[in-house]
Amino acid sequence: MADLIGSKIERKEDRKFLTGKGRYTADINLPRQTYAYFVRSPHARAKITKVDHSKAMKAPGVIDVFTGDCVVKDKVGGLICGWKIVSQDGKDMKCPPHPVLAKDSVNFVGDHVAVVVAETLEQAKNAAELVNVSYKIQKAVIKTEEATSFENIHEGIDNNLSFDFLLGDKGKTNEAFSKADKIVKLDVVNNRLIPNAMEPRAAIGDYNASSDELTLYTASQNPHLDRLIMSAFNAVHPEHKFRIVAPDVGGGFGSKINVYAEDVVVAYASKKIGRPVKWVAERSESFMSDNHGRDHVTHAELALNSDSKIIGLKVDTIANLGAYSLVLAAVTPTYLYAPLLLGIYDIPTACCTVKGVYTNTAPTDAYRGAGRPEATYVIERIVTEAAKEIGMDQAEFRKKNFIKKFPHQQCLVHNIDSGNYDAHLDKAIELSDYKNFENRRSQSAKKGKLRGIGFSTYFEACGVAPSAVVMSIGAGVGLWESAEIRFNPTGNVSVFTGTHSHGQGHDTTFAQIVGDKLGVAIENIDIVHGDTDKGPFGMGTYGSRSLAVGGTAIVNACDKIIAKGKKVAAKMLEGKPEDIDFKGGEFILKNSNKKKTIGEVAFACYLPGTFGDVKSPLPEGVEPGLIETSFFDPSNFSFPSGSHICEVEIDKETGETKLVKYTVVDDFGTVINPLVVEGQVYGGVAQGVGQALYENAHYDESGQLTSASYMDYTMPRADNFPQIKIDYTCTPATSNPLGAKGCGEAGTIAAPAAVMNAVIDAVGTDVQMPATAEKVWKALKKNGSKKAAA
Amino acid sequence: MAKVSLKINGKEISQDVPDSVMLSDFLRDYLSLTGTHVGCDTSQCGACVVHLDGNSVKSCTALVADCNKSEIVTIEGLAKNGKMHPMQEAFKKHHGLQCGFCTPGMVMSAVDLLQKNKDPSEQQIRDWLEGNICRCTGYQGIVAAVKDASSKM
Amino acid sequence: MKNFNFKSPTNTKEAAKLYTGKATFLAGGMSLLPAMKLRLAAYSDLINIKKIKTLSGIKISSKSLRIGATTTHAEVAASKEVEKTISSLSKLADGIGDPQVRNRGTIGGSIANNDPAADYPSACLALNAIINTSKRKIPADKFFKGMFETDLKKGELIESVEFEVPEKSGYAKFPNPASRYAVVGVYVSKLKSGIRVAITGAAHSVFRSKELEEALTNNFSPSSIDNVKIGSKGLNSDIHASAEYRAHIIKVMAKKAVSSC
Repeated sequence: MADLIGSKIERKEDRKFLTGKGRYTADINLPRQTYAYFVRSPHARAKITKVDHSKAMKAPGVIDVFTGDCVVKDKVGGLICGWKIVSQDGKDMKCPPHPVLAKDSVNFVGDHVAVVVAETLEQAKNAAELVNVSYKIQKAVIKTEEATSFENIHEGIDNNLSFDFLLGDKGKTNEAFSKADKIVKLDVVNNRLIPNAMEPRAAIGDYNASSDELTLYTASQNPHLDRLIMSAFNAVHPEHKFRIVAPDVGGGFGSKINVYAEDVVVAYASKKIGRPVKWVAERSESFMSDNHGRDHVTHAELALNSDSKIIGLKVDTIANLGAYSLVLAAVTPTYLYAPLLLGIYDIPTACCTVKGVYTNTAPTDAYRGAGRPEATYVIERIVTEAAKEIGMDQAEFRKKNFIKKFPHQQCLVHNIDSGNYDAHLDKAIELSDYKNFENRRSQSAKKGKLRGIGFSTYFEACGVAPSAVVMSIGAGVGLWESAEIRFNPTGNVSVFTGTHSHGQGHDTTFAQIVGDKLGVAIENIDIVHGDTDKGPFGMGTYGSRSLAVGGTAIVNACDKIIAKGKKVAAKMLEGKPEDIDFKGGEFILKNSNKKKTIGEVAFACYLPGTFGDVKSPLPEGVEPGLIETSFFDPSNFSFPSGSHICEVEIDKETGETKLVKYTVVDDFGTVINPLVVEGQVYGGVAQGVGQALYENAHYDESGQLTSASYMDYTMPRADNFPQIKIDYTCTPATSNPLGAKGCGEAGTIAAPAAVMNAVIDAVGTDVQMPATAEKVWKALKKNGSKKAAA
Repeated sequence: MAKVSLKINGKEISQDVPDSVMLSDFLRDYLSLTGTHVGCDTSQCGACVVHLDGNSVKSCTALVADCNKSEIVTIEGLAKNGKMHPMQEAFKKHHGLQCGFCTPGMVMSAVDLLQKNKDPSEQQIRDWLEGNICRCTGYQGIVAAVKDASSKM
Repeated sequence: MKNFNFKSPTNTKEAAKLYTGKATFLAGGMSLLPAMKLRLAAYSDLINIKKIKTLSGIKISSKSLRIGATTTHAEVAASKEVEKTISSLSKLADGIGDPQVRNRGTIGGSIANNDPAADYPSACLALNAIINTSKRKIPADKFFKGMFETDLKKGELIESVEFEVPEKSGYAKFPNPASRYAVVGVYVSKLKSGIRVAITGAAHSVFRSKELEEALTNNFSPSSIDNVKIGSKGLNSDIHASAEYRAHIIKVMAKKAVSSC
């Protein structure tokens, strides 16, 4: 069954979703269930002077109301930053307290203040209107670039500065710049985005007083991590008595990594009232309180020598952390960002500073791509600008500066194991018919449209991550992954993975890996995830890690199954283990026609003796059963790369931008299921296009989120896209036996730069994201008046 | 309280329901037909689309009392005798779904399109689906699925 | 949603009688129900008017096109008669919301709500419509009073909208990319009584543009719009478009609307 790897196999999980049998958290209803509704801050910044919930307590159906005082009294811990980084002065980053229910102050619109638990949702909602919170409203800071000059919003955090991070060698970089023949400068804003998984977050706490067991159903990308954090930091319940189930989860995109206040509170409330407590976010709550993404203000400079070679890069970024520091809030704009600024270019020296600042906005954290889209946007924009300024073809300029030899130790952090950047760029140029672009441009001009082309030749570091490396730079956990394979007595296989599938298709792709390794039909392989009571501890799904790290753990567990099987088969076939070959699901004794199927061997492992016709004594020293576990910790990140080429058409009259052509050639190393990988790329590109052209989280001056519904936050829709062309090149990863590099975030990482380079090519001057019709129109108008003046 | 009589996925149902209950909540909470999803507060996302007397509607913005004596088909009612509807098959074949949350509404909307236009162009498919938001697929597999299903229905 | 009584009369008399307390009429509910869900509005009684047969349907005469209040956008868009008589109106109906909204949303509901960015109010103004209510006939010019505000009195029910059949007409909309409502929508018509240009989406309520009407009266062609000055004063400025941009788009859409005539 070797052809399982690389086959376009339709997904096993599709049938349930297509027939309405998916089971998401909101679909679960438990006996004696109650409903939670959160009282949230209507102000961006205020002191809480009083929370009076006496009226709410008396409202019909209300069981209890919990406030900041309750969680303090019951010693429920606050939310944490899980990866703390160190500033350039050697000091730890500063994190404000982040209580699950605010007691003294609120710091963004939507901040959680109290929760009402009632018999019905309507009753909880009605009573929540009766909770009287007295606020002393304070002036709020919203804008990223204004944070450091505003009064402290958190006590003891001067200039609202969480950290001032530096990566690279300032001295060497300045020296390179002093020798430069040409310095290219660029200012970019990376707009704030709201992840918008289509399934709103949801959680149900279910405490069983008889067994003292607490179960939390929650829409999470990483249930084991949630349990660890909620046990160790929030002190909700001891880990061994605590089960977290993340059933079908309707998309994550990073927004379901965090342990949220609502998770902790429903678990806590269930313990307090002794009944299940259910909470499902309304979409407006998702907009306000899911972690937001991006929000950078950046100045970048690129130094070139007379031979058009890049000799240095300087980047200074301010990253808006929002009101608090969430789990990956600090690592996202630092270690996931700064090293990636080098792109796929051979840049000898670079330095980057990042100021992480607090503002009175929703906290930001990892959002699909996490740091890498931001970095790619900077380098791909400035490289394009450089080519333009020196008058060189942008493809040629890129190729001239590409890394050519592998492994390649970059000047900042990463050691890139494999790649062939010319190969994917050449293929993308061919596929996109780059050579005839100018013809298409004139065709568009005839229709009164401005046509532009944009490149984005990206790489990313994923397959997160080597534990020793990440822990040395502040990660609170290792980032290995687990797998357990239970070969059942009747010949089917249960595979437990510590990753989590919320759309990525693991039920199918992991089954393909196991089917390929063990020679079992994929129908007989079940991939189990999302329940801390079922499989071993695992780290979850984010950072395009599931295949490269989780898949490898599965491969290794399969190898252990085969190794044990060989011993058992040897006994059954009357040979030596070293004389047993395993191929296509059969153990074969060398130089003989004697063989046993893996099913027969598994059966023997469970019935080690004589029973009727079955005679299968196990070899001495071999334990019964056929279950193997593996924990895999990668030696390095993996480094997918690719070339995206985008063409847009702009309506001169309205400024409206239309995506008309989009070509992708990616190098993901080994591809297990091209159908699934294509889906990841399409979806990723769509999200990147969304950032470039449509999406923007907008706060007004007082800190009200004015884009808090689908009426005001522009989600990309079907009519915003043409057919996207996808192809591949392949240089296998060397850091895992599958050779897989990861594909989940690539589209979102590459697309914003490709689209904006195309928009700017068409317009002729800089435009910031999102390139809305009005912004483009204004840029065109400005150009027009400039030209008229000239 | 309203007494409502409905035919849902071919089955007659008669029940007392508070006047203010939406069709989506009725399907999910009263009948456990949780395939119909609720993804927004503003009738924009389309995860809740069902067929009401043969037309696709957003069930989060229809009172069940207002649907009295109507015939409703939900995602659970599309497959017949264990065999998926050609649209469901096409979504599977073309990877028209990932997390599955928008999928029921998307499929119901797409089926309605083909009821009204047997052979839609790519642009017509894209335009028709403007009321259904998907965050996972970039709509590529969905559009391919609808096109393919149109040749089979 | 806060509880209320749902009533479903089968004739207008009964509907009027049932209208007590803090009641409102319910047609498609595409705007009313989300507003109630978000607790931006609350009523004790919803009087469903969709079972009143006389309120639905399309009737054509040589001079006018009458559309019953509960006729859905999808019905208007699909109507061969509408297409033949006032094709710009078919086009407008076909561009409202999305297919599911068009399957439920009604013309009566749309104009009673008078959302500043809704499409139909512009058609009413441009096509010199008469709003027939349970009590009187209201000319469109007097019907739309302000943001979400009309001339309707408490308990007064829209029964139908009667459009004048124009010699020529066209509608062009620049949609909000998020909601697909009009950032600017311009409806242009050439009636026996003269040229009308109605603009929706741009201000607190739909309005007629004297400047554009004058220009088109002189010469009914897109080029005559070039020299018209549209000021941004009084136009909306929000996260989707500034007043300045809306003023510009009014001209662009007006030209498009005229070209489509």
